[in-house]
Amino acid sequence: MAKRALIELIDISKKYEDTLVLDELNLTIGENEFVTLLGPSGCGKTTTLRILGGFTSPDTGKVIFDGKDITNLPPNKRHINTVFQKYSLFPHMNVEENIAFGLKISGKSQDYIKDKIKYALKLVNLDGYEKRRPSQLSGGQQQRIAIARAIVNEPRVLLLDEPLGALDLKLRQNMQYELIRLKNELGITFVYVTHDQEEALTMSDIIVVMNQGYIQQIGTPEDVYNEPENAFVADFIGDNNLFSGTMIHDELVEFAGARFACVDKDFGRMRPVDVIIRPEDIVMGEPGEGQIDGVITDVVFKGTHFEIDVTSNGFVWLVYSPKRYAMGTQVSLRVTPFNIQIMNKPESDDEKVAEPDE
Amino acid sequence: MSNLFARREQSRSVERHNSPRHPWLAGPYIFWAAGFIVLPLVLVFYYGLSGPDGTFTLANLAAIAQPIFRNALGQSLLISFGTTAICLVLAYPLAYILSKNRSRSGAFIIILIVLPMWINFLLRILAVQMLIANNGIINMILGHLGLAQMRLINTRAAIFLGTAYDYFPFMVLPIYNAMCKIDHDIIEAAHDLGANALTTFRRIIVPLSLPGVISGIIMVFIPSISEFAIADILGGSRILLFGNVIEQEFNMSNDWHTGSGLSLILMVFIIISMIVMHRVDKDGEGQIIW
Repeated sequence: MAKRALIELIDISKKYEDTLVLDELNLTIGENEFVTLLGPSGCGKTTTLRILGGFTSPDTGKVIFDGKDITNLPPNKRHINTVFQKYSLFPHMNVEENIAFGLKISGKSQDYIKDKIKYALKLVNLDGYEKRRPSQLSGGQQQRIAIARAIVNEPRVLLLDEPLGALDLKLRQNMQYELIRLKNELGITFVYVTHDQEEALTMSDIIVVMNQGYIQQIGTPEDVYNEPENAFVADFIGDNNLFSGTMIHDELVEFAGARFACVDKDFGRMRPVDVIIRPEDIVMGEPGEGQIDGVITDVVFKGTHFEIDVTSNGFVWLVYSPKRYAMGTQVSLRVTPFNIQIMNKPESDDEKVAEPDE
Repeated sequence: MSNLFARREQSRSVERHNSPRHPWLAGPYIFWAAGFIVLPLVLVFYYGLSGPDGTFTLANLAAIAQPIFRNALGQSLLISFGTTAICLVLAYPLAYILSKNRSRSGAFIIILIVLPMWINFLLRILAVQMLIANNGIINMILGHLGLAQMRLINTRAAIFLGTAYDYFPFMVLPIYNAMCKIDHDIIEAAHDLGANALTTFRRIIVPLSLPGVISGIIMVFIPSISEFAIADILGGSRILLFGNVIEQEFNMSNDWHTGSGLSLILMVFIIISMIVMHRVDKDGEGQIIW
């Protein structure tokens, strides 16, 4: 994964009036990576993207692109193109004119422009739409034209600001695969902003989880999902069980009214910790078979599985089960030590779990 | 979602339009329109196309060939083209600046522009007369400063000043509205695709504000072509406009036939200007006002 750094954000801070949106943010984006900035609204992800695009200038810090400082370079001089949230196609131009806009400005020949339009429309599966007006296209089609309009300029980096936010579920899933395909075909860097964790997990090479102007974790989708670095990341990515607990000593942790063997060491003795357990990692069995016993208090059918609430010692555990259980059934729960994720309690307020708004 | 909603609203209103539930509600207006729009038009056509003996003739239209009428039409066209040009040149940059700076001071300037529209236009023109009269306020100030006095009133410049002052809001507001409707993201998208400020202005802002410009031109050009009161008050009857000669035919010569014939000529010019504007504005977005 060690790829050459294409973009470096160094100590970027940005204030809007009295709100600190970004606080000394540092981020390196490698060449040909699909990087997703993920977080709840107001976490600073869109501001980060706008700073990359040149639409907002940071109060402090530097933006380095391919070894050069571009902090004060206007957007029209950057080898970066953006796909905007609201598509932002030019309403007075047809599809062809929209796509040709950037190429005409850079003074490309008629033939070159013609070929490029053809190529780009093929790439987004909309050949034959040259003469349509943006108002005659559906949301998904407009989005794809916006992508075509950006990529014909052969940018080194494509910025995408929640581009699928306005599309319905089915279309959104299709577009996710299309974007992965596009990224592979074009071989350029994608920086993608979303608040949708599923989207981030599906598409990204690297996920940057952000909250309140801070980067919470940078990692592959697997890392971020399986080994969240703090309670915010764990809470934001996927459903899970978050307990407050105490590390008794190495490889033994107490939470939810019981003691569990775990694999973590070096937390010290009797240290307060956060404990995360994914609902798919909990195994249900007959009473007495597992580590703790409880009673089923809620069952919801989700298609691929059942979401089951098990109450035990006054704590509610979320468990995924392929099998239906009746309400009130006595069960036991078992978690293997490997699946117990232990994290230090946040030291500052900034790292505290903020309720994600989704 | 809101789009869908709007469309549904629209289709519902179309339905209502197709089968009016209370057609008699339109009665008062139909009465009004018949008496004050349709009947006068019929009369203008009747008088304009008939001689004093009541027989059909085109002589009233041909009267435009007479030098006095021809010159007046020329003066009117000059005034309306000139007024439109002055208003456009002043209004476009102002509307652009105001739309970019939607702060409280911007809103205040809009109010300043709109405020005079609430005062009767004759009062406004009389106020301008007070300003530019030979012993008016401007010359008084110049005199106090020891500067030479200017002859302002009763010149063509005075008429331009009056018409431009009078019609200026009708040019600013539609252009301002059109510019406010341009989504900021679209301008950012243009920058993103490599356009500098000038190119963005030329390729994005100008074309997208065109409907407003066309509305503005129509709202200034058409009323000013038939202008005569401003010319009377500020031009001192030294410059006869087409509106003045039509008025004279009716009120002084009592020749309703020639007056109507000349009105029909004027109508032709107005219709031509509307057709030209309609051609320019292909998308028909400027149609809201007519």
